[in-house]
Amino acid sequence: MSVLVVAEHDNKNLKSSTLNTISAAEKLSEDIHLLILGNKIEDLAKSSKSIQLVKKVIFCDHEKLENQIPELSSPIISNLAENYSHILAPSSTFGKNLLPRVSAQLDVTQISDIIGIESQDTFIRPIYAGNAISYVQTDQKINLMTVRPTSFEKCEEVGGDAVLENITFIDSEAKTTFVSREVSKSDRPELGNARVVVSGGRGLENSDNFKLLYDLADKLNAAVGASRAAVDSGYIGNEYQVGQTGKMVAPELYIAVGISGAIQHLAGMKESKVIVAINKDLEAPIFNIADYGLSSDLFQAIPEIIKELDLLNQIES
Amino acid sequence: MKVLVAVKRVVDYKVQIRVKSDNSGVETQNVKMSVNPPDENAIEEAVKLKEQGHANEIISVSIGDDKSQDVLRTSMAMGIDRSILVKSQNTLEPLAVAKTLKKIIDKEKPDLVLMGKQAIDDDSNQTGQILSALLNWPQGCFISNLKIENSKVFISREIDEGIENLETSLPAVLTCDLRLNTPRFASLPNIMKAKKKPLETIDIDTLGIDTSSKIKTLKVIEPPKRKAGIMVNDVKELVQKLKYEAKVI
Repeated sequence: MSVLVVAEHDNKNLKSSTLNTISAAEKLSEDIHLLILGNKIEDLAKSSKSIQLVKKVIFCDHEKLENQIPELSSPIISNLAENYSHILAPSSTFGKNLLPRVSAQLDVTQISDIIGIESQDTFIRPIYAGNAISYVQTDQKINLMTVRPTSFEKCEEVGGDAVLENITFIDSEAKTTFVSREVSKSDRPELGNARVVVSGGRGLENSDNFKLLYDLADKLNAAVGASRAAVDSGYIGNEYQVGQTGKMVAPELYIAVGISGAIQHLAGMKESKVIVAINKDLEAPIFNIADYGLSSDLFQAIPEIIKELDLLNQIES
Repeated sequence: MKVLVAVKRVVDYKVQIRVKSDNSGVETQNVKMSVNPPDENAIEEAVKLKEQGHANEIISVSIGDDKSQDVLRTSMAMGIDRSILVKSQNTLEPLAVAKTLKKIIDKEKPDLVLMGKQAIDDDSNQTGQILSALLNWPQGCFISNLKIENSKVFISREIDEGIENLETSLPAVLTCDLRLNTPRFASLPNIMKAKKKPLETIDIDTLGIDTSSKIKTLKVIEPPKRKAGIMVNDVKELVQKLKYEAKVI
């Protein structure tokens, strides 16, 4: 049977989470179809034909789909469902907002945030903020799943030659209208996708001090993250939060600065390859999972790290 | 306006959970249980809507065994007027939870349904969205701000890119983020008063819905443990280790 992947995008480009989700789909079927719902997306649909694993790109182009209102997009997915054994979407706020509606429309139970695929009907997902791992099996007619992007490699964007299919928009009543979106502009890498993440916690004490972290992040070409405490205190926006109710990250290097390491935060970053913790409190639980711990005042340590990195660069160049 | 809040009883967020030795699940006996944290935000928001004069009746619903009465009493101590416990011995999947809530909503006819965006035990993040689809009501997920003006509903949603602002109308289903508000502590007099507030019990079998499990849990295991690494003495050592040992910079 074929597998349908619902694309996450901004009407111009696919989000990298879509590429991770396609890789997950590869473990289920060779016949992967990518569904793009949006406004003025014909170019996006055409460029997506080259994604290596995708056999068919299905797109629905309509102005009402501009802002991804799930009341409008979910019936289109449900309408295609009978052709597929599995329907996958990234486990981002996009996928979380959308796929459960499809589950209601199809009367099947969705499996959220899978981190592994054992077979066609058996999947692995974290529960309790990743403090337990559950193996679940289902014999439903259609398997709906959201996929944790960091658990699957991104697939190649080139090398494929998919068929393009344009489907007509099915209008449905939606009482919800889009007002605005407040998106922070940054030249730094995307948090969910960065090779290095520098995260700050309550230890930063205020939003001005986050500038220290930005300087360090820029030296390392890193994304910036934060603990819930830092976001709650208003030091930085919610889109930077790493943790159980924020973003999941798994970079090569995660530097936790002034973060104590509550289990809810660890849930979002403990799959990182190398973890560095900088905290003046030696008892901070973050040290229990850090590969390298530095017990030091971050206001001294961060400028020193920047200086050391500059020195290294000088030696190399 | 009538507001209905859905509340789940979960292992307290501070408890370090333990996987059962037979790998059948997570130990929930003899551990501290509490209101699911974002459900507390939903309760708080309902109480605020009543205080502001938007709501005239606020009720809470939970699904579970008799012990789930305690989270309903907590909600009433925070200001909820009355509660309904749908008694079920089995743990329900989100689809079944939403179907159960729909039955209660068909009867109670609230104008607004609030609940937490996800339960911190199974982390599914589905019930509000499913319920909204079953009712064919607007959905607003992961909200961090709510304003109601002349039956118009303005919400701010926390999304991966930042904040999304939407306008919708009642009736609606909204799921709450932890940043929506700061839940109040129940005072001792209010805890005493809550004991006298009405708590209705309904047996789930009387609702006539399929609540059977569609997903079988084969096993639950502990995640691979990260072993603690080393403490470095100073910044110089840290940078050297990252460069030449871990080779990540």
